Amino acid sequence: MKIGRFAQTGNWILARFPLAKVWEEHMTHYYAPKNFNIWYFFGSLALLVLVNQFVTGILLTMNYKPDAKLAFDSVEYIMRDVHWGWLIRYMHSTGASAFFIVVYLHMFRGVMYGSFKKPRELIWIFGMLIFVCLMAEAFMGYLLPWGQMSYWGAQVIISLFSAIPVIGEDLSLWVRGDYVVSDATLNRFFAFHVISVPLVLVMLVFMHIVALHEVGSNNPDGIEIKKYKDENGIPLDGIPFHPYYTVKDIVGVAVFLLFFATVIFYMPEMGGYFLEHANFIPADPMKTPEHIAPVWYFTPFYAILRAIPDKFAGVIGMGGAIVVLFLLPWLDRNPVKSIRYRSGFYKKALLLFVISFFCLGYLGTQPATPTATLFARIFTVIYFGFFLLMPLYTRWEKTKPVPQRVTEEHGFDEQLPALLEEITELKPATDLEIGDPAFRSSFFNRRPNPDGIVKVITRLAKNLKESLD
Amino acid sequence: MKTLITLLLLASLSFGANAAEDIHLQKARIDINDKTSLLRGAKHFVTYCLGCHSAKYMRYLRIALDTGVNEKVVLKEIAPEGASIYDQLHSAMNKHDAEKWFGTQPPDLSLIARSRGQDWLYSYLKSYYTDTKRPFGVNNLIFPDTAMPNPLWQLQGEQHAEQRKTIWGEHAELVLAEEGSLSEREFDVMVNDLVNFLVYVGEPIKVERESMGKYVLLFFSIFFILAYLLKKEYWKDIH
Repeated sequence: MKIGRFAQTGNWILARFPLAKVWEEHMTHYYAPKNFNIWYFFGSLALLVLVNQFVTGILLTMNYKPDAKLAFDSVEYIMRDVHWGWLIRYMHSTGASAFFIVVYLHMFRGVMYGSFKKPRELIWIFGMLIFVCLMAEAFMGYLLPWGQMSYWGAQVIISLFSAIPVIGEDLSLWVRGDYVVSDATLNRFFAFHVISVPLVLVMLVFMHIVALHEVGSNNPDGIEIKKYKDENGIPLDGIPFHPYYTVKDIVGVAVFLLFFATVIFYMPEMGGYFLEHANFIPADPMKTPEHIAPVWYFTPFYAILRAIPDKFAGVIGMGGAIVVLFLLPWLDRNPVKSIRYRSGFYKKALLLFVISFFCLGYLGTQPATPTATLFARIFTVIYFGFFLLMPLYTRWEKTKPVPQRVTEEHGFDEQLPALLEEITELKPATDLEIGDPAFRSSFFNRRPNPDGIVKVITRLAKNLKESLD
Repeated sequence: MKTLITLLLLASLSFGANAAEDIHLQKARIDINDKTSLLRGAKHFVTYCLGCHSAKYMRYLRIALDTGVNEKVVLKEIAPEGASIYDQLHSAMNKHDAEKWFGTQPPDLSLIARSRGQDWLYSYLKSYYTDTKRPFGVNNLIFPDTAMPNPLWQLQGEQHAEQRKTIWGEHAELVLAEEGSLSEREFDVMVNDLVNFLVYVGEPIKVERESMGKYVLLFFSIFFILAYLLKKEYWKDIH
């Protein structure tokens, strides 16, 4: 048989590089549980945002000047005179916030379905390292526009190092490269932001995925699909990642991009949360803003820092809030993974933790009044209580029986037609019947049905209450 | 439970008290699609602001391009004498003089609408009143002890602050003591045009950005439908 030139080149490469093998191992022959729900979109979305940050970031560096005298001007130059510069910059700034949104949701998924438990402890650790890297990356990137909040935010955070006894002062001086945040700081942060941290980040993401594909994905039921395999050694509840989850993730990507584009084109500042108002004023070392607040994704940790009266203890508390997450696989002693089969007590504890995380996030954006500090303290105690008391309360939990095989779940898209049927009713027939009789029963000829709506709401409330038991 | 409720109530009260301290701002009617308003605002900016403040990230050419007005007209009607169409909106005042006269350098106004907000600017420009204790004889309700004299006083006239007592406590109210060359309504329109121009200068691409947005969203909506149908097709055999 005659082989074409194209196939010949392909074979030449395949004989020397395991392209097909890698593709099979990680895509077409990687079996993922078939019952992934909406929470499982955020991993692939995090990867998408990472790529977005790389591409837009590289384009930004082509016009950005890491110089205290030029940085602010160069950002405005990008916004006004560089073709499409505004879009690139908004994609990067919105991407930073989007990254934290998807990563927080991704982490919460892991906590909810016990994805950090044996045998996936290392995936969790790699993930947490990614999170820490991401925070460093975001913090250093935020200095680069050289606005007032960039400057004073960096000033506050770097000065935290000086709270460390004995070496503190020298350490913060060494980090800054100057006695105040200055050109030297800007230059080194630029170097870290565009080279060092991204390299580490990519390495960690690689290891995160390699570790995941070694043990296989968890699922909303928190059971191991590898326990039940068919005669070919393929998990009965597993489906090939490609094409099933690649096509599914593309739907997630489309929905994400709709939200992402809405922010970029209609609300790039997001009311001062994604781009803070004070950051449109050039950095001025002589003028301290009356209220310094970090960007929203750091505010829960910032609130913990401020809640603790002693500065050094506050730094320990803030660091501890992240360290305690690393320990999660060993704090949770319950062998049941998924929240579906955990006790009501655990569900309520998790809910309380989520509430306190949100409240801390809000308080971190607000000035520290005595009442605000009091509340921040209460929520800080809940935050740490949730994790540190885990070894006690997870041991005596009354869990529900865990099924052997994954349970089937109907997506929202499948339930939608029946739901619409329930909350609407057919309009009464009129004398003037126009058009196709098939139109009579279509959605357009229906009107809202109050009884149906009330029924749906009560059912929703009942389900919500039940889901906490 | 009861103590918790009282605690929550107390907390919400104290947050509310904080909010009440904020100054009440007047609403500016901003429409950056209104090109005649932008041109009027640009003219006012060059006449009343450019003497001290620059808008250095903005070029006269950009104003001409975005408003669709001929470059020559912009140079003749808006730009100061001798400016080139490629010039940025630089102020003629130098730093040394500024510090001698005002004690501080007047800030560049390119991004002032993005840092202060449109309503703040509108209210600020309208809230000057006579105060003989200040070096320029005026003070401001929105920005107390501001270093800027009132550049628009001839237009607005002279305002006095009068203390009024209401059930919510004492507050200052501005009363027109001496009429200016513009009526109150004309002055409001003038300040509004000026703020409108500053909002435009803050982000000249905004009009284009927002008009582009709907096509991007339409594209992603179609992409979503196709992606969803593709997924449905593939997943038919999974049960």
